[in-house]
Amino acid sequence: MAEVLVLAELNPAGGGVRKTTLEALTAARALGEPSAVVIAAPGTAAGIKDALAEYGAATVYVAEAAEVDEFLVAPKAEVLAQLVQEKSPAAVVIPSSPEGKEIAARLAIKIGSGFLTDVTEIAADGTATQVAFAGSVIVHSKVTAGTPIYTLRGNSVTPEPAAAAGAEQAVSVSVSDAAKGAKVTDRVVEQKSSRPELTEAAIVVSGGRGVASAENFSVIEGLADSLGAAVGASRAAVDSGFYPHSFQVGQTGKTVSPQLYVAVGISGAIQHRAGMQTSKTIVAINKDPEAPIFELADFGVIGDLNTVVPQATELITARK
Amino acid sequence: MNIVVLVKQVPDSGSERKMDPADNTVARAAADNVVNEIDEYAIEEALVVKEAQGGEVTVLTVGPDSATDAIRKALSMGADKAVHISDEAIKGSDAVQISAVLAAALGQLEYDLIICGAEATDSQMSVMPALLAERLGLPQLSGARKLTVDGGVAKIERQTDGGYWAVEAPLPAIVSTWDTINEPRYPSFKGIMAAKKKPVETKSLADIGVDASTVGLANATTQVVDFAGRPPKGEGVKVTDEGDGAQKFVDFLAGQKIV
Ligand SMILES: Cc1cc2nc3c(=O)[nH]c(=O)nc-3n(C[C@H](O)[C@H](O)[C@H](O)COP(=O)(O)OP(=O)(O)OC[C@H]3O[C@@H](n4cnc5c(N)ncnc54)[C@H](O)[C@@H]3O)c2cc1C
Ligand SMILES: Cc1cc2nc3c(=O)[nH]c(=O)nc-3n(C[C@H](O)[C@H](O)[C@H](O)COP(=O)(O)OP(=O)(O)OC[C@H]3O[C@@H](n4cnc5c(N)ncnc54)[C@H](O)[C@@H]3O)c2cc1C
Repeated sequence: MAEVLVLAELNPAGGGVRKTTLEALTAARALGEPSAVVIAAPGTAAGIKDALAEYGAATVYVAEAAEVDEFLVAPKAEVLAQLVQEKSPAAVVIPSSPEGKEIAARLAIKIGSGFLTDVTEIAADGTATQVAFAGSVIVHSKVTAGTPIYTLRGNSVTPEPAAAAGAEQAVSVSVSDAAKGAKVTDRVVEQKSSRPELTEAAIVVSGGRGVASAENFSVIEGLADSLGAAVGASRAAVDSGFYPHSFQVGQTGKTVSPQLYVAVGISGAIQHRAGMQTSKTIVAINKDPEAPIFELADFGVIGDLNTVVPQATELITARK
Repeated sequence: MNIVVLVKQVPDSGSERKMDPADNTVARAAADNVVNEIDEYAIEEALVVKEAQGGEVTVLTVGPDSATDAIRKALSMGADKAVHISDEAIKGSDAVQISAVLAAALGQLEYDLIICGAEATDSQMSVMPALLAERLGLPQLSGARKLTVDGGVAKIERQTDGGYWAVEAPLPAIVSTWDTINEPRYPSFKGIMAAKKKPVETKSLADIGVDASTVGLANATTQVVDFAGRPPKGEGVKVTDEGDGAQKFVDFLAGQKIV
């Protein structure tokens, strides 16, 4: 069976691979036999090999070197290009993070291929599905030059185990001077959250300008915690200083696609929809019956969030 | 400090956007076209650097004739001049091809810094800085929420989940900016008047040495096979809170087996 290279994406907080890697391994099986590629600091692969094998990696290519993390993106693209040249895979699948998309772009130039970003599905014939224009249009597209490269949008494929050998194969790494242009001198975490990661969460509760203050976001957090959900925010809430930017959902924030999205005090501007429209179930709580968010909602409550949300939180907590 | 800002004209993300069924490309001609919103932050950042260090800001765009509106906007904000690559053969090009056109055009310009937006609102690919860095052999400083340029070195804070990475590179380099980096200025009346006299050079593919048979829909590295509107969601349930709104919401969640 044809080999498909899947780039592993590590959990930035440490502790294994991101769920997106398991999704990519699952999606890649439509095209052939997946091999995982680990390009990371020394000592990384040992801790994630089993998970990669469990989700279908017949081979785990281990390219470990301190240098690949010291410079932005370029070294990883270089190593991946080298592997593509050696193995001639049928395709390359990369999780669609900002870094993943940039690796895909550089790889495309290096190997003379086309690439498709943020695909939500890959069919056996290589046709991919993309969601365009704030989720209003579904597009099917194909790579027509070189080895197809796809970046897979998070939460669009359900990871399914399919045990494989996971045979480890070391890859020697030598990063060229050309790839050492942009040096990463520090990695700063400003917000630590005990809640699930926004883009991976099964449930997201977001607050908008209607929440009215930073203090009052505790109402949103309360509902989120009763549901085990991540907290999100609209740009208006972020711009007003109610909640940090890294929680923004929408066109210039995160794209989420959870099982349940609860929009509280959010009007539903097209740029907000762009980040949440593909959520499975959408609930809106808004005092304005004309708010456009209701057009998307499977369930809507017309009411004041300051009464409805705390009551709902209590009811949900009481059910446990 | 000579800076080139890459500006793309896109259909307004706040209005309805459509695909053209004739060739499965974005329906740009009939759209309400604007400067890609995030590019205004790139223009602003270029002006800030120029104001501190001197030099010139050149706008570079690849797009149809209508893209002159985007150029005028950038010039009225304060950019000095513009280069517009316009050629019928470019229509339908994908990201790989557009990067080749931009790279060739950049090869005829002098720059210490290239600044672009972190993402175009039509395609939302966020790949142009990486593509150009690869083609031009330049350091890539992408996704900036902060930029400082000092002594031939550019430093950025690359916006990440829950924080940032500090990344630095010697000039020349390519930087892309998010909408967190600054607050773009509005063109003043004086700026709008001055923009009318600023030089705009229009170039064809031949002028920048790109073979027309390498670009355009027919030669693209990716192809849109078909498209469809997303199926409309079934009519949802809407209740007015009369003291029981929360209970009905929780009942709905229970019905969905969520709680
Ligand atoms: C819905 C949709 C999906 C697409 N999917 C794919 C795909 O999967 N693969 C693919 O190869 N192509 C795809 N394309 C085509 C591709 O996006 C365009 O060819 C585009 O010009 C490439 O850059 P971008 O806008 O995506 O760049 P981005 O990387 O999103 O844009 C970043 C910045 O680059 C600069 N820039 C981009 N284009 C220009 C330009 N023409 N002139 C000047 N500056 C510019 C701007 O500063 C912009 O802010 C898609 C287009 C659409 C509309
Ligand atoms: C280039 C660009 C990029 C953008 N990117 C994003 C993005 O990534 N994400 C994003 O969200 N937006 C984005 N926007 C902004 C977007 O256009 C909207 O301005 C924004 O989404 C509005 O946020 P909001 O719904 O919280 O605020 P508003 O539109 O002000 O809505 C507030 C809502 O709260 C309701 N409300 C008020 N009080 C209460 C109460 N007590 N109880 C119940 N309901 C109440 C109101 O009825 C109203 O519907 C972008 C815009 C541009 C131009």
